[in-house]
Amino acid sequence: MSSTVIVTIISLSLLAAVSAIILYFVAQKFHVVEDPRIDDVQAALPAANCGGCGYAGCRNFAEALVAAETFDGLNCPVGGNEVMKSIAGMLGKTAGEADPSVAVLLCNGTPQYRPKTTRYDGVVSCQIQHNLYLGETNCSYGCLGDGDCVKACGFDAIMIDSETMLPVISDDKCVACGACVKSCPRHLIELRKKAKKDRKIYVACSNCDKGAVAIKACKVACIACNKCLKVCEFGAITIEKNRAYIDAKKCTFCRKCVAECSTHSIMEVNFPPRKPKVETEMLTING
Amino acid sequence: MIYKTSHTFPKGGIHPPEYKLTQNVPIKPLPVPKSVIIPLSQHIGAASAPVVAKGDHVKTGQVIAAANGFVSSNIHSSVSGVVSKIDTVIDASGYRQSAIFIDVQGDEWIDSIDRSVSVISEIELAPEQIIEKCRELGIVGLGGATFPSHVKLAVPKDKKCSILIINGVECEPYLTSDHRLMLEKGEETLIGIKILMKALHVEKAMVGIESNKPDAIEHLKELSKRFDGISIHSLTVKYPQGAEKQLIKTLTNREVPSGKLPIETGAVVHNVATAYAVYEAVQKNKPLIERVVTITGKSLSAPGNYLVRIGSPVNSLIEAAGGLPDDTGKIVSGGPMMGKALQNTGIPTSKGMSGIILFPASESIRGETGPCIRCAKCIAACPMNLEPHLLANASMKAMFERTESERITDCVECGSCSYTCPAGRPLLDYIRLGKSTVIKMARERNLK
Repeated sequence: MSSTVIVTIISLSLLAAVSAIILYFVAQKFHVVEDPRIDDVQAALPAANCGGCGYAGCRNFAEALVAAETFDGLNCPVGGNEVMKSIAGMLGKTAGEADPSVAVLLCNGTPQYRPKTTRYDGVVSCQIQHNLYLGETNCSYGCLGDGDCVKACGFDAIMIDSETMLPVISDDKCVACGACVKSCPRHLIELRKKAKKDRKIYVACSNCDKGAVAIKACKVACIACNKCLKVCEFGAITIEKNRAYIDAKKCTFCRKCVAECSTHSIMEVNFPPRKPKVETEMLTING
Repeated sequence: MIYKTSHTFPKGGIHPPEYKLTQNVPIKPLPVPKSVIIPLSQHIGAASAPVVAKGDHVKTGQVIAAANGFVSSNIHSSVSGVVSKIDTVIDASGYRQSAIFIDVQGDEWIDSIDRSVSVISEIELAPEQIIEKCRELGIVGLGGATFPSHVKLAVPKDKKCSILIINGVECEPYLTSDHRLMLEKGEETLIGIKILMKALHVEKAMVGIESNKPDAIEHLKELSKRFDGISIHSLTVKYPQGAEKQLIKTLTNREVPSGKLPIETGAVVHNVATAYAVYEAVQKNKPLIERVVTITGKSLSAPGNYLVRIGSPVNSLIEAAGGLPDDTGKIVSGGPMMGKALQNTGIPTSKGMSGIILFPASESIRGETGPCIRCAKCIAACPMNLEPHLLANASMKAMFERTESERITDCVECGSCSYTCPAGRPLLDYIRLGKSTVIKMARERNLK
């Protein structure tokens, strides 16, 4: 009985020893030389694997960073400038300053402003609905509300508001990886430069139809009336394809365009409430 | 009769209830409406460019929009009157597209059109002239896909066309416009087929008609005795027999290779309604300004077949058929299997609209969707030898490379899989998503 145990132990130990020797030489022979810095860089990255940098995952990005001569055009939106700086220090290079940005939805067509004209009962997918027809409302550019962006977001930053039926993007959770931007078949999500206190001024409409058609479909559509263009002192506003666009880099958050907008399609977010004095001024301008 | 060998394509297909409510209702001309909206993209290919401006007076049959490239088509005014505006309108495609709005005044036709009822059987034009005529007079495929006919007739030099196939199958339930046309305009249609044969330099034409239209088969068989080379074939009823590839397989036993065009088999397929339109264009100089549209539905008081001026709003058809029933839940343009729901009743009729079907609300709602039980009914039903459940699931999970290698672009979107699925899964919705994505991917790859 005991001899069986001893024979087994000895034979298995011998087998293990022989295998270990073979494996040792094989590992020597087929050793893959890899820059050890790749592992360090990968460890410094957020490990979100979101693809926001343009690479398939954090490992690919780390390889690209180690191989790159300069950091131009390489940026991890999730880690931001801090992470990029620490990696640059690690690799002995300098990192450029990238503006942190955040995703915003360029549509404000809530059911209250944009009445439904048909009912869609197909598959819950914006892409499928978009391929089929212009959607439940008469606006062929607006949000379809089926939440392709919600599914695409890996950071739980987007949810569909049950009242407005539009996606709401959380400024705290959004890392500007751009997954939602790619998922939206109507290109309604834009990554905009983050301002202090998360303030934002943007045109929440993407309708390229002529003003008369747009306003019929949605009460808060941009009708390209040019009022904002005239009032802007900083040249931040351009009008193309029957809709206004505010350049976040030039905008100084003076809010004059918001007051001027006749269809309230320009949104101001995270601003303190206007003083009553401003209100009366606004009224006189409009009146 | 004991057993008759079935004459149909071998693999797949379904048997939906037919509901051919209007098969005995003769074609009536629809009164010219007060105003028409003529969309500028009624065909596959580039949208036509308008050649009239606001305020212009136009006559019936006059060119109002010119073809914009080779795969495009001229568009003619279907009424006489004044162009009120050129603007966008939501059309049958589901999107807002450019269109010409015309306020009708009288009904004055241009002089070159022969409006007599006499049948002209002598074909005087040479093949090239016939193709030119089709191009000039805006003839497109009237089966639904609206592919410009002159493109189809111009066979590439390295390919040879040996047979013309005429599609009189009309396998979609409800629709009867082709059926009535074959019965009432049989002789003209056969002359149209002869014209197409001459343009293609072929000696043989086969007309495929499903056996649920025995009167049309009988009528055309009788008439075809006077026309050399045209044979009429009675086919076993099965959907989607009217699909181009399935019809070629049924009639010639030739198979269109994956990813290739039907001309690879030496066959060119045209619809019977197209043959009639070609007859009118070549022999009577009449552009494609009207077509037969079936207006039908279980709740309609007077469903029928109407000869409609293109651009008439759908509601003028519904009024002619007895008004919109209260229980209407969905209005579909085309057949119930492949047609598309319309957003409103103001949508204009276009060259590709073969029927308008009004479904009661109870039949317009999709049922509950269950999980796939892997019963393989969709595989048995697929006429293209695909695996719909696999394609749909792969598309749903965004595995588009996999769908491409599983030949998703071969799908003809007939909807047999969705129809037959016992779990009511939206197979075709996902397959269409995958197919459009794969086509986009392939196009981007070709650009590189």
